[in-house]
Amino acid sequence: MRDNPVLRVVTKITLPLIFLFALYVQFHGDFGPGGGFQAGVIFAAGFILYGLVFGTEALRAAVPAAVLRLGIALGLMLYAGVGVVTLGLGGEYLAYGTLAHTAAHGQHLGIFLVELGVGVTVAAVMVAVFLAFAGRADP
Amino acid sequence: MSAAGLYNYWIVILLMMAGFYVVISSGNLVKKIVGLNLFQASVFILYISMGKVAGGSAPILREGVTQFSNPLPHVLILTAIVVGVATTALGLALVVRIREAYGTAEEDEIHQQDESL
Amino acid sequence: MIAAQLPALQVVVPLLGAPLCLLARKGNTAWALTLAISAVALLVATLLLGQVLAQGSVAYAFGGWAAPWGIEYRLDAVNAIVLLIVTGISTVVLLFAKTSVAHEIRPEQQVLFYTSWLLCLTGLLGITITGDAFNLFVFLEISSLSSYVLISLGSDRRALTAAYQYLIMGTIGATFILIGIGLLYMVTGTLNMADLAGRLPELTASRTVRTAFAFLTVGIGLKLALFPLHLWLPNAYAYAPSVVTAFLAATATKVAIYMLLRFMFSVFGAGFSFGAMPLPTLLVLLGAAAVLSASTVAIFQHNIKRMLAYSSVAQIGYMVLGMSLASSAGLTAAVLHLFNHALMKGGLFLALGCIAWRLGSVRLGDLAGLGYRMPWTMAAFVAGGLSLIGLPLTAGFISKWYLVLAALEQGWWPVVIVVVAGSLLAVVYIWRVIETAYFRDRGEPAPPVQEAPLSMLLPTWLLVGANVYFGIYTDLSVGVAGQAARVLLGTAP
Repeated sequence: MRDNPVLRVVTKITLPLIFLFALYVQFHGDFGPGGGFQAGVIFAAGFILYGLVFGTEALRAAVPAAVLRLGIALGLMLYAGVGVVTLGLGGEYLAYGTLAHTAAHGQHLGIFLVELGVGVTVAAVMVAVFLAFAGRADP
Repeated sequence: MSAAGLYNYWIVILLMMAGFYVVISSGNLVKKIVGLNLFQASVFILYISMGKVAGGSAPILREGVTQFSNPLPHVLILTAIVVGVATTALGLALVVRIREAYGTAEEDEIHQQDESL
Repeated sequence: MIAAQLPALQVVVPLLGAPLCLLARKGNTAWALTLAISAVALLVATLLLGQVLAQGSVAYAFGGWAAPWGIEYRLDAVNAIVLLIVTGISTVVLLFAKTSVAHEIRPEQQVLFYTSWLLCLTGLLGITITGDAFNLFVFLEISSLSSYVLISLGSDRRALTAAYQYLIMGTIGATFILIGIGLLYMVTGTLNMADLAGRLPELTASRTVRTAFAFLTVGIGLKLALFPLHLWLPNAYAYAPSVVTAFLAATATKVAIYMLLRFMFSVFGAGFSFGAMPLPTLLVLLGAAAVLSASTVAIFQHNIKRMLAYSSVAQIGYMVLGMSLASSAGLTAAVLHLFNHALMKGGLFLALGCIAWRLGSVRLGDLAGLGYRMPWTMAAFVAGGLSLIGLPLTAGFISKWYLVLAALEQGWWPVVIVVVAGSLLAVVYIWRVIETAYFRDRGEPAPPVQEAPLSMLLPTWLLVGANVYFGIYTDLSVGVAGQAARVLLGTAP
């Protein structure tokens, strides 16, 4: 597909817009449909589009397996880690109110971090699943 | 409530039975997973349609809106959708491996190959 | 201060351990990390059991949100004992796992194997400890998905089809449970189990509640491998890696029994479950059918793992029989058998793991003469087998004794006959193995075989020894089981 000039050019124009939209969805979960999982999937969709048009080798060069593994692990650790931090600050597990000077700010910060962790893990997992399936040669 | 007023539950039942039938009767492993997805989708509709409050708007805080639909089923179903996606991905990965090991994705042929052992 | 946070730590420690394990490079590092985390979880479970025995019940509100709006973790005698079983079995089997996994699983898959193990442990512990119905579903799916992965890592290609079949049936079961929870939420407006228990009594005439009950029973029955929904179990246990079979056989079905006990007694209440709904008849019939048919099928198996898997279905039948009696004695018997069966099957499958490691096969014919070449392993198998039959001085005898006592108390003679018949059938299939191992000569061209290494023998004998120990000193296990029965029937805090 990389020989087709129309596909190539349109993909290169739309990829930044896809990632921007993914970031918008990630951080606007408080005010509209959105949040970590949806944003992670949109983010991964951008990468998958790149892989579909330019080939899985190009995608692997852009996102090596080690980065994906790190992303999966770090996202989950960020989520669980926020809970451990609140434990350390004297509240129960995932009591966001302890994270900032007022309870409302703490809730905002807590949800922000937790959704970020979810988004990172989901994006990494989706790209990893795509590469695992697409990389197998057909017998 | 009249039967026509409960149309969301009829849709749930229809989808649930259709999905369940596909899982049970289909011989192809991939089709079984599709049936499983249909089955799970019916459950999502059950939860979300039960959360709707007559006259309520979407559960997002806004000025001038006093009645909201119940946000809890939405949250529950987000989780359930993720679980469904993970199950589908895992099931399809198993089907890919099965096809590589057996050469086929049809249940009867796999059964035949195993029985002949 | 840590003591107050222990319920959260029970689940958080394995949950944090899983991504850490994913970052490991070599199988041995992953194994060491998994063993350490499992040991910490065992410590937390022991401390929690101590807290429960001291103060009755422990509650923990996540995020500081009080129940019923927040998610609450609730511990009493019933789940404290299950927590101990799950973490204990996990730790002992992991001691065994280093050699076994190195032999059975490819090096590049070992890190992912141990990560899935930690996720499965998280899921099982979460199911046991949570007091929120939807939280239970989420942890159920976490443990189920990771167990599909663990099973599919077996070396035989039939492990893949077994994992697939388990996936389809398990997802249908979990979705039924989800439907049941949804229907309960629809009528009561709450997901917290204690709150549901408070609101359901005046709603029991509604058809929605009865439908929810039916969906929950069938869904949990699928996870439990209750006859006739047990079809996934023989294949899954037979073709999975040895340590996975030992771990899942001793924990996953026990946690499912716990789920059934929790919903039937704590949420719906014994009066509704056993009075208004035909549960006693259903459970007695299915339990008896499980005991008799599964034991009979086990006699004809050539693959010993498969034989023990069918034997597991039969043992689950015993637990269900105990549950159907719905009396203090019956529930004590059910919880006691839950504990003893975990020890029995864990030890038996570990012994089979030793045999698989040395011989590379678990077919009955290949075991000829093994009693003299691997004396300690076969002795462990014989001891576990005697416990399965229910000989005095073993843990199996204690739980069958209590089951018979509970049945006699209610005058249900057919149950007593079923229990005795099941034991006799167990004698037949255990004797087949003993006869082949001790009384049959191996053919000459078989390779020389020696005993299994100490790192595998010690965990096996630990579980088998615990079997004999709890068969002789019964106070602790019977005491906690009795307390659990009282909690379920509502006669204790």
